[in-house]
Amino acid sequence: MKFNIWVQKNQNKMTAAIAILIVISFIGKFANLPMVETPAMILASIIGAIPVFLHAFTALINKVISIELLVTIAVIGAFVIGEYEESAIVTFLFLFGSYLEQRTLQKTRSSVKNLTQMAPTTAELVDEDGSVSTVDVDDLDEGDHVIVKPGGQIPVDGKIIEGKGYMNEASITGESTPVEKSIGDKVFAGSLTDNGTITVETTSVGEDTTFGKIIELVEEAQDSQSPAARFIDKFATYYTPAVLIIGILVWVFTRDFPLAITVLVLGCPGALVIGAPVSNVAGIGNGAKNGILMKGGNAVNSFAKVDTLVLDKTGTLTTGKMSVTGLDHFGDDKNADMALLSAVEGTSDHPLGTAINKYITDQGITETKDLPELDTVKGQGLQSNDSRILVGNERLMKHNGVTISDDARKVIDTKMNNGDSIVLMAVDSELKLVVGVNDQLRSDAFEGLTAIKNAGIKRVVMLTGDNKVAAQHVADRLPVDEVHAELLPEQKVDFVKKFKEEGHKVAFVGDGINDSPSLATADIGIGMGSGTDVAIETADVVLVKSSFDALAHSYILAKKTVANTQENIIIAVGTVALLLLGLLVGVIHMASGMFVHEFSILVVIFNAMRLLRLKSFKKSPKLDVNQVKTA
Amino acid sequence: MAKVVLQLGELTCPSCMTKIQKAVSNQDGVSDVKVMFNAGKVKADIDEAKVSGEDLGKVITELGYEVKKIKTKEIA
Repeated sequence: MKFNIWVQKNQNKMTAAIAILIVISFIGKFANLPMVETPAMILASIIGAIPVFLHAFTALINKVISIELLVTIAVIGAFVIGEYEESAIVTFLFLFGSYLEQRTLQKTRSSVKNLTQMAPTTAELVDEDGSVSTVDVDDLDEGDHVIVKPGGQIPVDGKIIEGKGYMNEASITGESTPVEKSIGDKVFAGSLTDNGTITVETTSVGEDTTFGKIIELVEEAQDSQSPAARFIDKFATYYTPAVLIIGILVWVFTRDFPLAITVLVLGCPGALVIGAPVSNVAGIGNGAKNGILMKGGNAVNSFAKVDTLVLDKTGTLTTGKMSVTGLDHFGDDKNADMALLSAVEGTSDHPLGTAINKYITDQGITETKDLPELDTVKGQGLQSNDSRILVGNERLMKHNGVTISDDARKVIDTKMNNGDSIVLMAVDSELKLVVGVNDQLRSDAFEGLTAIKNAGIKRVVMLTGDNKVAAQHVADRLPVDEVHAELLPEQKVDFVKKFKEEGHKVAFVGDGINDSPSLATADIGIGMGSGTDVAIETADVVLVKSSFDALAHSYILAKKTVANTQENIIIAVGTVALLLLGLLVGVIHMASGMFVHEFSILVVIFNAMRLLRLKSFKKSPKLDVNQVKTA
Repeated sequence: MAKVVLQLGELTCPSCMTKIQKAVSNQDGVSDVKVMFNAGKVKADIDEAKVSGEDLGKVITELGYEVKKIKTKEIA
């Protein structure tokens, strides 16, 4: 089928040839040269009919009645009755329409193309003897060592084993602020080194890298159909044969052949077929550019209907990073007590301990060296073998008979009311230190949740395993409508199920690892991960750039995409209705009908392209393909 | 079993997808066919004892579409 491929490749040149022939024919008409006018139109019709006929034929042998079949019959019909001008212009408009459609569709596809272009192709492989050679990324294996120079692109997912530098991970997270990475840190394929030379041990290559998975996901998502597109596709399979039958019936009853073939041209479901998928592609494309991966038309559609947003607290509404809010001293030597506390906490990797340790070190106080042996008291804290030193909660103090003075009581209560977790230190049964530690609220949580509520979410619910006071404290500072605390993961799932049973459309936002059951139970699972495999695989919507701006943008985008699809369907159906009306009143003919048709296809594409320009309610960083090209 | 990815030349119309989808799906030993118009790719699971990536490439070429690259990857 070499001819077929040749035609496919040269279709645009053939369209240009037809245009020239039509112009020559019109010149012949005005110059009164019938020897030029008619043969030029005949030739134009024949050249134009070839690609249309081939498309129709290959579709037919695969049992598909296509739009091209309608046009082929109409063109042959016009040709048979000697309407060469009509047949030439109709084929030209049809092919020119396909060309414009192809060109404009390329713009909606650009987000995927940009991503693909950003994928690394070569790597500097360090051989066993230490020599460096340039190889294709496909030839790399797990465990290989690759070297990345300043300004270079990291070709694989891996771990830094030598060197350090600032990495620009915009292609993964959408965040263009460079991140400092050194030995032991994970790096991602597709990111750039702003400075520093690093050697990376490969953990995954090509399609298995996070970047590879992102590309694959966006590619598949853009082509997955929304329920509206699926319906239209099904509708079109019946619609096209129906138009064919109507055309035949018109001819049988009216014996008006030109009218019958005009019906075929007017009945082309072009804009209807393309309207829904193109909105989908543009919507998902916009998301991809902004670090939002929406897994296909179904996800977009369900997300747009969500009215209840359920969020986890730690790591979602809060940063998950603990920090000390205040430290109160009740002894004689504050510095010595702080040094002791730092030393005790230094032996533990509990998040509270790490925060306290960091706080004291930041004050310039160094740990005491002679520390007795410590035991862990489950659920209470740490104590020395001889019970002289106690570090932990109030229960630990009570068990060891430590009295809490009225002053200390006041401090503890104030901190607890602020939602702090409390760490106490006593030495020789005397309370020395009261430390409040709090989980930081994400800086964009308030603004993001406000925007998402303004966009149509009716209820925001916070579910957390944390204690009630801490949960309420976080909720009080945010536009959260409901709080449920001290929950186990399975109880969170029960809440999601309950909301669904009440008839709500529920979206669950979590970090994609601990919250997998809830993510799977909700109508839409939103993973607020930072490019981790689990987050990419479990959720319906993945916010690679883990932020509330992205969350709000994704919801607004989903709503706009669904609205855009509906607008396109209205435009498409409206056009066919108007054309049929025009035919009835006699203002529409075959060529003008085809013209209006092609115009309506462009209108739906341009309408969808508006989605590409939708900006985050706060300006968000974009992936920049040029940055990669010049690197 | 293997997963095959065929990178196509530019597809000119979304309706091309339907044709390719049907033609590839009709081949013996082929399952889970995905035609990705925007990415210009066809993905399918194949039973290599019955059909190869090259066979699918031939089917698509016969329909009139250019096949640029065929990548086959073993799966369990």
